[in-house]
Amino acid sequence: MAGTNETCRVLEHFDAAPGYRFMVLEAPKIAATVAAGQFVHVRVPGLEKTALRRPFSVFDGGDGKLTLLYKVVGRGTEALRAAPVGCAVEVLGPLGYGFPSTCGGVPLLVGGGYGVAPLHFLAKTLLANAKPDAPKPILFVGGRTAGDLLALDKFRALGVEVRVATNDGSAGVKGFVVDPLDDELIALREQGRKFELFTCGPDGLLRAVAMRATGTGMKGWISMDRHMVCGVGACFACIQKIKGPNGKVFNARCCVNGPVFKAEDIAW
Amino acid sequence: MVDLSVNVGGLAMRTPVATASGTFGYGTEYAAATDYSKLGAVTVKGVRMEEWPGNPMPRHCEVFGGLVNAIGLQGPGAAAFAQYHVPHYADAVANPPPLIVNVWGGSIDEYAETAAVLSTPGAGSDKSVHPLVAAIEMNVSCPNVKAGGHTFGQDPKILFEVVKAVRAATKLPLFVKLAPNVPDLRPYVAACEEAGADALSLINTIPAMVIDVDTRKPVLGNATGGLSGRCVHPVAVKCVYDAHRFSKLPILAMGGVYDANDAIELMLAGASAVAVGTATFTDPNAAASVCDGIAAYCERNGFASVRELTGALAQ
Repeated sequence: MAGTNETCRVLEHFDAAPGYRFMVLEAPKIAATVAAGQFVHVRVPGLEKTALRRPFSVFDGGDGKLTLLYKVVGRGTEALRAAPVGCAVEVLGPLGYGFPSTCGGVPLLVGGGYGVAPLHFLAKTLLANAKPDAPKPILFVGGRTAGDLLALDKFRALGVEVRVATNDGSAGVKGFVVDPLDDELIALREQGRKFELFTCGPDGLLRAVAMRATGTGMKGWISMDRHMVCGVGACFACIQKIKGPNGKVFNARCCVNGPVFKAEDIAW
Repeated sequence: MVDLSVNVGGLAMRTPVATASGTFGYGTEYAAATDYSKLGAVTVKGVRMEEWPGNPMPRHCEVFGGLVNAIGLQGPGAAAFAQYHVPHYADAVANPPPLIVNVWGGSIDEYAETAAVLSTPGAGSDKSVHPLVAAIEMNVSCPNVKAGGHTFGQDPKILFEVVKAVRAATKLPLFVKLAPNVPDLRPYVAACEEAGADALSLINTIPAMVIDVDTRKPVLGNATGGLSGRCVHPVAVKCVYDAHRFSKLPILAMGGVYDANDAIELMLAGASAVAVGTATFTDPNAAASVCDGIAAYCERNGFASVRELTGALAQ
Protein backbone atom coordinates (compact mmCIF):
# COMPACT_ATOMS: atom_id res chain seq x y z
CA MET A 1 0.00 0.00 0.00
CA ALA A 2 3.01 2.26 -0.19
CA GLY A 3 2.02 5.48 -1.89
CA THR A 4 3.86 7.58 -4.41
CA ASN A 5 5.10 11.05 -3.65
CA GLU A 6 3.45 13.36 -6.17
CA THR A 7 4.01 17.08 -6.60
CA CYS A 8 0.49 18.45 -7.00
CA ARG A 9 -0.87 21.85 -7.92
CA VAL A 10 -3.55 23.59 -5.89
CA LEU A 11 -6.50 24.15 -8.24
CA GLU A 12 -9.00 25.51 -5.72
CA HIS A 13 -8.80 26.35 -2.02
CA PHE A 14 -11.76 27.82 -0.19
CA ASP A 15 -13.77 27.79 3.02
CA ALA A 16 -16.23 24.94 3.54
CA ALA A 17 -17.45 26.75 6.69
CA PRO A 18 -15.65 29.06 9.12
CA GLY A 19 -12.55 27.13 10.24
CA TYR A 20 -12.91 24.41 7.62
CA ARG A 21 -11.37 24.36 4.15
CA PHE A 22 -11.70 22.55 0.86
CA MET A 23 -8.51 22.02 -1.13
CA VAL A 24 -8.69 20.70 -4.68
CA LEU A 25 -5.40 19.35 -6.03
CA GLU A 26 -4.29 18.34 -9.50
CA ALA A 27 -2.96 14.87 -8.67
CA PRO A 28 -3.20 12.58 -11.71
CA LYS A 29 -1.10 9.72 -10.26
CA ILE A 30 -2.79 9.52 -6.86
CA ALA A 31 -6.28 10.24 -8.20
CA ALA A 32 -5.93 7.34 -10.65
CA THR A 33 -5.87 4.74 -7.87
CA VAL A 34 -7.27 6.35 -4.71
CA ALA A 35 -10.22 4.59 -3.07
CA ALA A 36 -12.77 5.85 -0.55
CA GLY A 37 -11.42 5.79 3.01
CA GLN A 38 -7.78 5.99 1.98
CA PHE A 39 -5.79 9.05 2.99
CA VAL A 40 -2.94 11.20 1.73
CA HIS A 41 0.05 12.61 3.62
CA VAL A 42 0.62 16.27 2.79
CA ARG A 43 3.88 18.18 3.09
CA VAL A 44 2.72 21.56 4.34
CA PRO A 45 3.61 24.47 2.01
CA GLY A 46 5.65 27.01 3.95
CA LEU A 47 6.60 24.43 6.59
CA GLU A 48 8.36 22.00 4.22
CA LYS A 49 11.52 22.05 6.30
CA THR A 50 10.12 22.46 9.78
CA ALA A 51 7.01 20.35 10.19
CA LEU A 52 5.93 16.77 9.81
CA ARG A 53 3.45 15.95 7.09
CA ARG A 54 -0.25 16.08 7.87
CA PRO A 55 -2.62 13.21 7.01
CA PHE A 56 -5.99 13.98 5.40
CA SER A 57 -8.91 11.87 4.27
CA VAL A 58 -9.94 12.19 0.67
CA PHE A 59 -13.30 13.93 0.23
CA ASP A 60 -13.39 13.20 -3.48
CA GLY A 61 -11.04 11.61 -5.98
CA GLY A 62 -11.01 10.95 -9.70
CA ASP A 63 -10.60 12.75 -13.04
CA GLY A 64 -7.02 13.58 -12.09
CA LYS A 65 -8.09 15.51 -9.02
CA LEU A 66 -8.17 15.05 -5.27
CA THR A 67 -10.40 17.06 -2.95
CA LEU A 68 -9.49 17.35 0.73
CA LEU A 69 -11.73 18.73 3.46
CA TYR A 70 -9.88 19.78 6.59
CA LYS A 71 -10.30 21.65 9.83
CA VAL A 72 -7.82 24.34 10.81
CA VAL A 73 -6.64 23.07 14.19
CA GLY A 74 -2.97 23.88 14.67
CA ARG A 75 0.35 24.96 13.24
CA GLY A 76 0.26 22.67 10.22
CA THR A 77 -3.29 23.39 9.09
CA GLU A 78 -2.84 27.12 9.86
CA ALA A 79 0.03 27.15 7.39
CA LEU A 80 -1.83 24.98 4.90
CA ARG A 81 -4.74 27.42 5.01
CA ALA A 82 -2.49 30.05 3.41
CA ALA A 83 -1.46 27.91 0.40
CA PRO A 84 -2.51 29.92 -2.67
CA VAL A 85 -4.16 28.51 -5.78
CA GLY A 86 -1.41 27.47 -8.19
CA CYS A 87 1.14 26.57 -5.54
CA ALA A 88 2.86 23.18 -5.48
CA VAL A 89 2.14 20.71 -2.70
CA GLU A 90 3.93 17.38 -2.19
CA VAL A 91 1.40 14.65 -1.51
CA LEU A 92 2.21 11.05 -0.57
CA GLY A 93 -0.57 8.65 -1.40
CA PRO A 94 -2.90 6.97 -1.69
CA LEU A 95 -2.25 5.38 1.70
CA GLY A 96 -3.89 2.75 3.89
CA TYR A 97 -6.90 0.49 3.53
CA GLY A 98 -10.17 2.26 2.93
CA PHE A 99 -13.85 1.30 3.00
CA PRO A 100 -15.30 -1.54 0.91
CA SER A 101 -16.63 -0.30 -2.42
CA THR A 102 -19.98 -2.11 -2.18
CA CYS A 103 -22.57 -2.59 0.56
CA GLY A 104 -24.79 -5.55 1.35
CA GLY A 105 -27.78 -3.68 2.75
CA VAL A 106 -28.77 -0.12 3.55
CA PRO A 107 -25.56 1.95 3.73
CA LEU A 108 -25.69 4.00 6.95
CA LEU A 109 -22.94 6.61 6.97
CA VAL A 110 -22.24 8.26 10.32
CA GLY A 111 -20.01 11.30 10.47
CA GLY A 112 -18.90 13.62 13.22
CA GLY A 113 -17.61 17.07 12.19
CA TYR A 114 -14.99 16.85 9.46
CA GLY A 115 -15.32 13.07 9.71
CA VAL A 116 -17.80 13.42 6.83
CA ALA A 117 -14.81 13.86 4.48
CA PRO A 118 -14.16 10.19 3.59
CA LEU A 119 -17.89 9.43 3.78
CA HIS A 120 -18.55 11.69 0.80
CA PHE A 121 -16.11 9.76 -1.39
CA LEU A 122 -17.62 6.56 0.03
CA ALA A 123 -21.20 7.62 -0.82
CA LYS A 124 -20.13 8.42 -4.36
CA THR A 125 -18.35 5.07 -4.68
CA LEU A 126 -21.25 3.04 -3.26
CA LEU A 127 -23.73 4.79 -5.55
CA ALA A 128 -21.52 4.17 -8.58
CA ASN A 129 -21.26 0.46 -7.77
CA ALA A 130 -24.84 -0.16 -6.59
CA LYS A 131 -27.50 -2.01 -8.55
CA PRO A 132 -30.37 0.24 -9.70
CA ASP A 133 -32.78 -1.05 -7.03
CA ALA A 134 -30.24 -0.94 -4.17
CA PRO A 135 -31.06 1.31 -1.20
CA LYS A 136 -29.33 4.67 -1.28
CA PRO A 137 -26.92 5.70 1.47
CA ILE A 138 -28.25 7.72 4.39
CA LEU A 139 -25.87 10.16 6.07
CA PHE A 140 -26.20 10.76 9.80
CA VAL A 141 -24.14 13.76 10.69
CA GLY A 142 -23.42 15.41 14.00
CA GLY A 143 -21.59 18.45 15.27
CA ARG A 144 -21.45 20.72 18.28
CA THR A 145 -23.32 23.44 16.38
CA ALA A 146 -24.71 24.07 12.91
CA GLY A 147 -21.32 25.59 11.99
CA ASP A 148 -19.68 22.15 12.29
CA LEU A 149 -21.95 20.58 9.67
CA LEU A 150 -20.01 20.41 6.45
CA ALA A 151 -20.73 19.84 2.79
CA LEU A 152 -24.30 18.63 3.34
CA ASP A 153 -25.27 20.14 -0.02
CA LYS A 154 -22.68 17.94 -1.70
CA PHE A 155 -24.14 14.80 -0.11
CA ARG A 156 -27.66 15.84 -1.09
CA ALA A 157 -26.45 16.51 -4.65
CA LEU A 158 -25.41 12.84 -4.80
CA GLY A 159 -28.93 11.82 -3.78
CA VAL A 160 -27.95 10.97 -0.22
CA GLU A 161 -30.57 11.57 2.47
CA VAL A 162 -29.05 13.62 5.32
CA ARG A 163 -30.17 13.46 8.96
CA VAL A 164 -28.67 15.96 11.34
CA ALA A 165 -28.06 16.27 15.08
CA THR A 166 -26.29 19.07 16.91
CA ASN A 167 -25.38 19.24 20.58
CA ASP A 168 -26.88 22.71 20.93
CA GLY A 169 -29.89 22.09 18.73
CA SER A 170 -28.90 24.82 16.25
CA ALA A 171 -29.60 22.37 13.40
CA GLY A 172 -31.47 19.09 13.21
CA VAL A 173 -32.37 17.27 16.39
CA LYS A 174 -30.80 18.40 19.65
CA GLY A 175 -28.47 15.71 20.96
CA PHE A 176 -25.99 13.32 19.44
CA VAL A 177 -25.79 11.84 15.98
CA VAL A 178 -26.48 8.37 17.39
CA ASP A 179 -30.00 9.56 18.35
CA PRO A 180 -31.35 9.74 14.79
CA LEU A 181 -29.20 6.72 13.96
CA ASP A 182 -30.86 4.64 16.65
CA ASP A 183 -34.31 5.64 15.34
CA GLU A 184 -33.29 4.29 11.93
CA LEU A 185 -31.78 1.11 13.40
CA ILE A 186 -35.07 0.40 15.19
CA ALA A 187 -37.04 1.03 11.99
CA LEU A 188 -34.76 -1.23 9.95
CA ARG A 189 -35.03 -3.98 12.56
CA GLU A 190 -38.81 -3.77 12.45
CA GLN A 191 -38.66 -4.04 8.67
CA GLY A 192 -36.17 -6.91 8.94
CA ARG A 193 -33.72 -5.15 6.65
CA LYS A 194 -29.96 -5.56 6.57
CA PHE A 195 -27.62 -2.60 6.78
CA GLU A 196 -23.94 -1.75 7.10
CA LEU A 197 -22.46 1.05 9.19
CA PHE A 198 -19.63 3.26 7.96
CA THR A 199 -18.22 5.93 10.26
CA CYS A 200 -15.53 8.53 10.72
CA GLY A 201 -15.23 11.10 13.50
CA PRO A 202 -14.08 11.42 17.10
CA ASP A 203 -13.23 8.20 18.97
CA GLY A 204 -16.34 8.36 21.17
CA LEU A 205 -18.58 8.34 18.11
CA LEU A 206 -16.57 5.58 16.45
CA ARG A 207 -16.94 3.42 19.50
CA ALA A 208 -20.66 4.07 19.76
CA VAL A 209 -21.15 3.12 16.11
CA ALA A 210 -18.90 0.05 16.42
CA MET A 211 -20.99 -1.13 19.40
CA ARG A 212 -24.15 -0.81 17.32
CA ALA A 213 -22.59 -2.87 14.53
CA THR A 214 -21.37 -5.65 16.79
CA GLY A 215 -24.57 -5.50 18.87
CA THR A 216 -26.82 -5.98 15.83
CA GLY A 217 -24.51 -8.45 14.08
CA MET A 218 -24.25 -6.15 11.08
CA LYS A 219 -21.04 -5.07 9.40
CA GLY A 220 -19.37 -1.91 10.70
CA TRP A 221 -16.49 -0.08 9.05
CA ILE A 222 -14.65 2.28 11.37
CA SER A 223 -12.21 4.92 10.08
CA MET A 224 -9.76 5.92 12.83
CA ASP A 225 -8.44 9.48 12.96
CA ARG A 226 -4.91 9.54 14.37
CA HIS A 227 -1.99 11.91 14.45
CA MET A 228 0.62 10.32 12.24
CA VAL A 229 4.34 10.66 11.62
CA CYS A 230 5.40 8.65 8.56
CA GLY A 231 1.99 7.61 7.18
CA VAL A 232 3.43 4.44 5.62
CA GLY A 233 3.98 2.05 8.53
CA ALA A 234 7.63 2.84 9.18
CA CYS A 235 7.44 4.52 12.59
CA PHE A 236 4.65 2.79 14.58
CA ALA A 237 3.32 6.07 16.03
CA CYS A 238 -0.39 5.70 15.12
CA ILE A 239 -1.40 2.45 16.75
CA GLN A 240 -4.78 1.01 17.65
CA LYS A 241 -5.37 -2.21 19.57
CA ILE A 242 -6.83 -4.73 17.13
CA LYS A 243 -7.89 -8.36 17.55
CA GLY A 244 -5.81 -10.43 15.16
CA PRO A 245 -7.02 -13.50 13.24
CA ASN A 246 -5.82 -15.74 16.10
CA GLY A 247 -7.78 -13.67 18.62
CA LYS A 248 -4.62 -12.12 19.99
CA VAL A 249 -4.76 -8.36 20.49
CA PHE A 250 -1.91 -6.45 18.85
CA ASN A 251 -0.91 -2.85 18.22
CA ALA A 252 -1.95 -2.30 14.60
CA ARG A 253 -0.78 0.74 12.69
CA CYS A 254 -3.72 2.92 11.61
CA CYS A 255 -1.76 4.11 8.57
CA VAL A 256 -1.12 0.70 6.96
CA ASN A 257 -3.46 -1.74 8.72
CA GLY A 258 -6.22 0.89 8.62
CA PRO A 259 -7.32 3.63 8.80
CA VAL A 260 -10.55 1.69 8.22
CA PHE A 261 -11.02 -1.33 10.51
CA LYS A 262 -13.86 -3.80 10.95
CA ALA A 263 -15.95 -2.91 14.00
CA GLU A 264 -15.56 -6.37 15.55
CA ASP A 265 -11.76 -6.27 15.25
CA ILE A 266 -11.24 -3.17 17.36
CA ALA A 267 -10.19 -3.78 20.96
CA TRP A 268 -11.39 -0.61 22.65
CA MET B 1 33.03 10.71 -10.94
CA VAL B 2 33.37 10.78 -7.16
CA ASP B 3 33.96 7.45 -5.42
CA LEU B 4 31.10 7.30 -2.91
CA SER B 5 31.86 3.87 -1.48
CA VAL B 6 32.88 3.53 2.15
CA ASN B 7 33.64 0.68 4.52
CA VAL B 8 32.48 1.23 8.07
CA GLY B 9 33.86 -1.33 10.50
CA GLY B 10 33.67 -4.10 7.90
CA LEU B 11 30.31 -3.03 6.43
CA ALA B 12 30.78 -2.19 2.75
CA MET B 13 28.44 0.61 1.68
CA ARG B 14 28.05 1.80 -1.92
CA THR B 15 27.27 5.30 -0.68
CA PRO B 16 27.95 6.95 2.68
CA VAL B 17 24.24 7.39 3.41
CA ALA B 18 22.07 4.99 5.42
CA THR B 19 18.64 5.26 6.97
CA ALA B 20 18.39 5.52 10.75
CA SER B 21 16.73 2.93 12.94
CA GLY B 22 13.08 3.49 13.77
CA THR B 23 12.47 5.84 10.86
CA PHE B 24 12.49 3.39 7.96
CA GLY B 25 10.48 0.45 9.31
CA TYR B 26 11.82 -2.84 8.00
CA GLY B 27 13.06 -1.32 4.77
CA THR B 28 10.02 -1.75 2.54
CA GLU B 29 7.51 0.81 3.78
CA TYR B 30 8.88 3.62 1.65
CA ALA B 31 9.57 1.35 -1.34
CA ALA B 32 7.54 3.42 -3.82
CA ALA B 33 8.95 6.76 -2.69
CA THR B 34 12.68 6.13 -2.20
CA ASP B 35 15.61 5.74 -4.61
CA TYR B 36 17.45 2.81 -2.99
CA SER B 37 20.35 3.05 -5.44
CA LYS B 38 21.52 6.07 -3.45
CA LEU B 39 21.45 4.24 -0.11
CA GLY B 40 24.55 2.56 1.29
CA ALA B 41 22.62 0.67 3.97
CA VAL B 42 19.18 0.45 5.53
CA THR B 43 18.99 0.32 9.30
CA VAL B 44 15.82 -1.40 10.46
CA LYS B 45 13.68 -0.87 13.54
CA GLY B 46 14.98 -2.28 16.81
CA VAL B 47 14.63 -6.05 17.17
CA ARG B 48 14.71 -8.06 20.39
CA MET B 49 14.21 -11.81 20.99
CA GLU B 50 10.49 -11.70 21.70
CA GLU B 51 7.62 -9.81 20.13
CA TRP B 52 7.20 -6.49 21.95
CA PRO B 53 4.06 -4.31 22.04
CA GLY B 54 5.74 -0.94 22.62
CA ASN B 55 4.36 2.02 24.57
CA PRO B 56 0.81 3.33 25.04
CA MET B 57 -0.46 6.16 22.84
CA PRO B 58 0.27 8.98 22.24
CA ARG B 59 3.67 7.94 20.97
CA HIS B 60 4.93 11.15 19.47
CA CYS B 61 4.76 14.91 19.74
CA GLU B 62 5.99 17.39 17.20
CA VAL B 63 8.06 20.22 18.70
CA PHE B 64 9.76 23.20 17.10
CA GLY B 65 12.78 21.87 15.28
CA GLY B 66 12.12 18.26 16.02
CA LEU B 67 10.07 15.36 17.21
CA VAL B 68 9.76 13.69 20.61
CA ASN B 69 8.89 10.02 20.38
CA ALA B 70 8.20 7.18 22.76
CA ILE B 71 7.26 4.40 20.36
CA GLY B 72 8.72 1.91 22.81
CA LEU B 73 10.45 -0.37 20.32
CA GLN B 74 7.36 -2.26 19.17
CA GLY B 75 8.55 -5.20 17.11
CA PRO B 76 7.89 -8.76 15.95
CA GLY B 77 10.80 -10.51 17.67
CA ALA B 78 14.04 -11.75 16.13
CA ALA B 79 12.75 -15.00 14.62
CA ALA B 80 9.76 -13.37 12.90
CA PHE B 81 11.98 -10.57 11.70
CA ALA B 82 14.45 -13.01 10.16
CA GLN B 83 11.79 -15.30 8.69
CA TYR B 84 9.38 -12.72 7.35
CA HIS B 85 10.73 -9.17 7.20
CA VAL B 86 14.16 -9.86 5.72
CA PRO B 87 12.95 -12.04 2.80
CA HIS B 88 10.14 -9.53 2.20
CA TYR B 89 12.72 -6.75 1.95
CA ALA B 90 14.80 -8.84 -0.46
CA ASP B 91 11.73 -9.37 -2.68
CA ALA B 92 10.23 -5.89 -2.51
CA VAL B 93 13.33 -3.77 -3.17
CA ALA B 94 15.35 -3.87 -6.39
CA ASN B 95 19.12 -3.90 -5.84
CA PRO B 96 18.60 -3.68 -2.07
CA PRO B 97 21.29 -2.12 0.11
CA PRO B 98 22.58 -4.24 3.02
CA LEU B 99 20.64 -4.20 6.27
CA ILE B 100 22.00 -3.00 9.57
CA VAL B 101 19.83 -4.71 12.18
CA ASN B 102 19.28 -2.61 15.28
CA VAL B 103 19.24 -4.93 18.30
CA TRP B 104 18.09 -4.37 21.87
CA GLY B 105 17.17 -6.41 24.93
CA GLY B 106 16.16 -6.34 28.56
CA SER B 107 19.25 -8.24 29.67
CA ILE B 108 22.79 -8.91 28.51
CA ASP B 109 21.80 -12.48 27.68
CA GLU B 110 18.95 -11.30 25.50
CA TYR B 111 21.23 -9.03 23.48
CA ALA B 112 23.60 -11.92 22.87
CA GLU B 113 20.80 -14.32 22.05
CA THR B 114 19.29 -11.90 19.54
CA ALA B 115 22.65 -11.35 17.86
CA ALA B 116 23.11 -15.12 17.67
CA VAL B 117 19.69 -15.59 16.03
CA LEU B 118 20.70 -13.09 13.34
CA SER B 119 23.96 -14.98 12.79
CA THR B 120 23.95 -18.51 11.49
CA PRO B 121 24.47 -21.36 12.15
CA GLY B 122 24.53 -19.76 15.59
CA ALA B 123 26.59 -17.98 18.16
CA GLY B 124 29.99 -16.78 16.98
CA SER B 125 29.28 -17.20 13.29
CA ASP B 126 30.58 -14.77 10.69
CA LYS B 127 27.61 -15.61 8.46
CA SER B 128 24.20 -14.10 8.87
CA VAL B 129 20.74 -15.57 8.70
CA HIS B 130 20.29 -13.91 5.28
CA PRO B 131 22.89 -12.45 2.90
CA LEU B 132 21.31 -9.01 3.29
CA VAL B 133 21.72 -8.99 7.07
CA ALA B 134 25.13 -7.35 7.00
CA ALA B 135 25.69 -5.72 10.39
CA ILE B 136 24.33 -5.36 13.89
CA GLU B 137 23.78 -2.05 15.63
CA MET B 138 23.25 -2.24 19.38
CA ASN B 139 20.76 0.13 20.94
CA VAL B 140 22.11 0.49 24.47
CA SER B 141 19.66 3.20 25.50
CA CYS B 142 16.99 0.77 26.67
CA PRO B 143 16.40 -0.22 30.29
CA ASN B 144 18.40 -3.00 31.92
CA VAL B 145 15.77 -4.97 33.86
CA LYS B 146 18.37 -6.23 36.35
CA ALA B 147 19.65 -2.72 37.08
CA GLY B 148 16.29 -1.24 38.02
CA GLY B 149 15.71 0.23 34.60
CA HIS B 150 18.96 2.14 34.21
CA THR B 151 20.00 1.96 30.59
CA PHE B 152 22.88 -0.30 29.54
CA GLY B 153 24.63 2.63 27.96
CA GLN B 154 24.68 4.72 31.14
CA ASP B 155 27.35 2.70 32.94
CA PRO B 156 30.64 2.07 31.09
CA LYS B 157 31.17 -1.25 32.95
CA ILE B 158 27.78 -2.63 31.96
CA LEU B 159 28.24 -1.21 28.47
CA PHE B 160 31.51 -3.16 28.23
CA GLU B 161 29.81 -6.36 29.40
CA VAL B 162 26.91 -6.15 26.98
CA VAL B 163 29.09 -5.30 23.98
CA LYS B 164 31.49 -8.13 24.90
CA ALA B 165 28.60 -10.60 25.11
CA VAL B 166 27.28 -9.59 21.68
CA ARG B 167 30.80 -9.64 20.25
CA ALA B 168 31.10 -13.27 21.37
CA ALA B 169 27.72 -14.06 19.79
CA THR B 170 28.46 -12.74 16.30
CA LYS B 171 31.29 -11.94 13.93
CA LEU B 172 29.09 -9.62 11.87
CA PRO B 173 30.25 -6.00 11.84
CA LEU B 174 29.15 -4.68 15.23
CA PHE B 175 28.05 -1.08 15.73
CA VAL B 176 27.19 0.38 19.14
CA LYS B 177 24.75 3.29 19.15
CA LEU B 178 25.57 5.65 22.00
CA ALA B 179 23.44 8.23 23.73
CA PRO B 180 24.71 11.81 23.68
CA ASN B 181 23.50 12.68 27.18
CA VAL B 182 26.61 11.84 29.16
CA PRO B 183 29.04 14.35 30.63
CA ASP B 184 32.03 12.81 28.85
CA LEU B 185 31.81 10.29 26.00
CA ARG B 186 35.36 8.98 26.49
CA PRO B 187 34.73 6.10 28.95
CA TYR B 188 31.80 4.89 26.85
CA VAL B 189 33.75 4.96 23.60
CA ALA B 190 36.64 3.18 25.35
CA ALA B 191 34.28 0.49 26.69
CA CYS B 192 32.99 -0.19 23.16
CA GLU B 193 36.49 -0.32 21.76
CA GLU B 194 37.82 -2.66 24.45
CA ALA B 195 34.80 -4.95 24.16
CA GLY B 196 35.44 -5.45 20.47
CA ALA B 197 32.96 -3.20 18.70
CA ASP B 198 33.75 -2.48 15.07
CA ALA B 199 32.10 0.93 14.83
CA LEU B 200 30.06 3.55 16.69
CA SER B 201 26.66 4.93 15.77
CA LEU B 202 26.30 8.48 17.05
CA ILE B 203 23.85 9.73 18.28
CA ASN B 204 20.73 8.17 19.73
CA THR B 205 17.79 10.46 20.59
CA ILE B 206 18.10 12.82 23.56
CA PRO B 207 15.75 12.20 26.54
CA ALA B 208 12.92 14.72 26.41
CA MET B 209 9.44 15.47 27.69
CA VAL B 210 6.45 17.59 26.68
CA ILE B 211 3.61 18.62 29.02
CA ASP B 212 0.12 19.72 28.02
CA VAL B 213 -0.53 22.72 30.25
CA ASP B 214 -4.30 22.46 29.84
CA THR B 215 -4.54 18.88 31.12
CA ARG B 216 -1.33 19.24 33.21
CA LYS B 217 -0.38 15.80 31.97
CA PRO B 218 2.59 14.59 29.94
CA VAL B 219 1.71 14.49 26.25
CA LEU B 220 3.34 11.11 25.65
CA GLY B 221 1.71 7.91 26.90
CA ASN B 222 5.12 6.95 28.29
CA ALA B 223 5.51 10.43 29.87
CA THR B 224 9.05 10.82 28.51
CA GLY B 225 10.62 10.09 25.15
CA GLY B 226 13.52 10.86 22.87
CA LEU B 227 14.15 14.03 20.88
CA SER B 228 15.26 13.84 17.25
CA GLY B 229 15.22 16.13 14.24
CA ARG B 230 16.96 19.31 13.17
CA CYS B 231 17.49 20.63 16.68
CA VAL B 232 19.76 17.73 17.73
CA HIS B 233 22.17 18.14 14.82
CA PRO B 234 24.80 20.34 16.51
CA VAL B 235 24.80 17.91 19.46
CA ALA B 236 25.58 15.08 17.04
CA VAL B 237 28.39 17.06 15.41
CA LYS B 238 30.01 17.62 18.82
CA CYS B 239 29.70 13.95 19.83
CA VAL B 240 31.20 12.77 16.54
CA TYR B 241 34.00 15.32 16.84
CA ASP B 242 34.82 14.10 20.36
CA ALA B 243 34.59 10.39 19.58
CA HIS B 244 36.75 10.74 16.48
CA ARG B 245 39.48 12.38 18.53
CA PHE B 246 39.38 9.77 21.30
CA SER B 247 39.09 6.62 19.23
CA LYS B 248 39.96 4.92 15.97
CA LEU B 249 36.53 3.30 15.71
CA PRO B 250 34.79 4.40 12.51
CA ILE B 251 31.57 6.34 13.03
CA LEU B 252 28.13 6.13 11.44
CA ALA B 253 26.67 9.52 12.36
CA MET B 254 23.01 10.43 12.71
CA GLY B 255 21.11 13.28 14.32
CA GLY B 256 19.21 15.92 12.40
CA VAL B 257 20.55 15.13 8.95
CA TYR B 258 18.15 16.86 6.55
CA ASP B 259 20.46 17.86 3.72
CA ALA B 260 23.97 17.29 2.38
CA ASN B 261 25.35 20.18 4.42
CA ASP B 262 24.27 18.47 7.64
CA ALA B 263 25.86 15.21 6.49
CA ILE B 264 29.13 16.82 5.39
CA GLU B 265 29.46 18.58 8.77
CA LEU B 266 29.26 15.20 10.49
CA MET B 267 31.81 13.70 8.11
CA LEU B 268 34.22 16.58 8.59
CA ALA B 269 33.82 16.07 12.34
CA GLY B 270 34.91 12.46 11.89
CA ALA B 271 32.08 10.30 10.57
CA SER B 272 32.74 7.73 7.84
CA ALA B 273 29.06 7.60 6.90
CA VAL B 274 25.77 9.20 7.94
CA ALA B 275 22.21 8.05 8.53
CA VAL B 276 19.08 10.05 7.74
CA GLY B 277 16.23 9.63 10.20
CA THR B 278 13.48 12.07 11.13
CA ALA B 279 13.93 13.96 7.83
CA THR B 280 12.54 10.94 5.97
CA PHE B 281 9.15 11.46 7.62
CA THR B 282 8.78 14.74 5.75
CA ASP B 283 10.68 13.79 2.61
CA PRO B 284 10.73 10.04 1.88
CA ASN B 285 13.60 10.61 -0.53
CA ALA B 286 15.67 12.70 1.90
CA ALA B 287 18.49 10.15 2.20
CA ALA B 288 18.88 9.91 -1.57
CA SER B 289 18.97 13.71 -1.86
CA VAL B 290 21.64 13.84 0.85
CA CYS B 291 23.70 11.36 -1.17
CA ASP B 292 23.42 13.48 -4.33
CA GLY B 293 24.41 16.57 -2.38
CA ILE B 294 27.49 14.91 -0.89
CA ALA B 295 28.61 13.81 -4.37
CA ALA B 296 28.14 17.35 -5.71
CA TYR B 297 30.12 18.80 -2.79
CA CYS B 298 33.01 16.41 -3.40
CA GLU B 299 32.98 17.25 -7.10
CA ARG B 300 32.97 20.99 -6.40
CA ASN B 301 35.74 20.79 -3.86
CA GLY B 302 38.03 18.34 -5.65
CA PHE B 303 37.58 15.29 -3.42
CA ALA B 304 38.02 12.16 -5.55
CA SER B 305 36.57 9.97 -2.80
CA VAL B 306 33.99 10.70 -0.16
CA ARG B 307 36.36 8.94 2.27
CA GLU B 308 38.59 12.02 2.14
CA LEU B 309 35.92 13.98 4.01
CA THR B 310 36.20 11.96 7.22
CA GLY B 311 37.80 14.12 9.87
CA ALA B 312 38.96 16.62 7.25
CA LEU B 313 38.41 19.71 9.37
CA ALA B 314 40.70 22.51 8.23
CA GLN B 315 43.52 23.02 10.72
